[in-house]
Amino acid sequence: MKAFPLLFIAISSFIIGETLVSNGYEPGDKATDFKLKSVDGKNYSMSDYKDAKGFIVVFTCNTCPFAVKYEDRVNALAKKYKPKGYVLLAINSNDPEVQPDDTYAKMQAKAKAEGFAFPYLVDEGQKIYPQYGATKTPHVFLLDKNLVVKYIGAIDDNADDASAVKERYLENAIAALDSGKDPSPSVTKAIGCSIKAKKKA
Amino acid sequence: MKQLLLITFFFVFAQSSQAQDILTFDKFDAFEKAIIKNDGNVYVVNFWATWCGPCVKELPYFEKLHQENKNVKVLLVSLDSPKDAKKLQSFIQKKKITAQVIALFDKDYNSWLDKIDKGWSGSIPATYIFSGDKKLFAEHEFENYAELSSHVNSFTNQLK
Repeated sequence: MKAFPLLFIAISSFIIGETLVSNGYEPGDKATDFKLKSVDGKNYSMSDYKDAKGFIVVFTCNTCPFAVKYEDRVNALAKKYKPKGYVLLAINSNDPEVQPDDTYAKMQAKAKAEGFAFPYLVDEGQKIYPQYGATKTPHVFLLDKNLVVKYIGAIDDNADDASAVKERYLENAIAALDSGKDPSPSVTKAIGCSIKAKKKA
Repeated sequence: MKQLLLITFFFVFAQSSQAQDILTFDKFDAFEKAIIKNDGNVYVVNFWATWCGPCVKELPYFEKLHQENKNVKVLLVSLDSPKDAKKLQSFIQKKKITAQVIALFDKDYNSWLDKIDKGWSGSIPATYIFSGDKKLFAEHEFENYAELSSHVNSFTNQLK
């Protein structure tokens, strides 16, 4: 009988552990840093940016129509906020074996053609996106300089038409962070393409 | 001979005009009011789009479910853009989809995704099964018809 509570603890901690993995970060959680290769062949980590006030981590890809619709907006955000101290890092977590148009070479071609003003990183082995809890593209995580998650979700409220946007969720969140406040809303949702990973056996 | 031609003509014409009418909603509230009915039926609602590869791949399984399982009502809710409405129409015609297709154009996703399921992060395909206040939500694709069918049965069995 003595074994029962122990077993119970073991089972419940297993369940809690599972939940944490599948749900990823919530606002207030400290995000993991990474060291990922960009299209320029160099590795990037958030710790490289000693003077950054925050980080805009965008999970995106070459192929998803929603990610493509946001390409120009992501590029504009990177240019706008870099001088203000907020560094935009885009991560492609799609497994190129599942999605052949997301190879490193095609990422390089895309970055060149579109003139990406930000590191476009490969999530080699698809290790980073599950930790963040990114499920789709685009999926944005705004972190403060200590890598604490401040905002998760959509860039704005209209994927189709940048000129018809009413709520700039991400920019509002950056403004809040910049003035020392917690963004509200701190989580938003949007439709996107699922991140393509190999099927688990 | 002339008659045969005429008959053939009508036959072809009838065939090509068989495409179903897509129900269209600009706002989620209107969609919810018209579709999310508490009428004792089991509804299998698949959220998809013509641009979504995995969605297109699993669509035939939902069509088969519609044809083979008369205990459930299959609704295929497309999240394509209004400007792709024609593409959607020709797509379902080409794929010979007879299950009810609905176009939901409400782009303010943050205002309504939670109303389907709080756990929905926003990726598609996603499948929402409900009957009355019983619900089952899945944010993933189905590998084959058997997997979809057993998923649906796991829901209907618990209603008994």
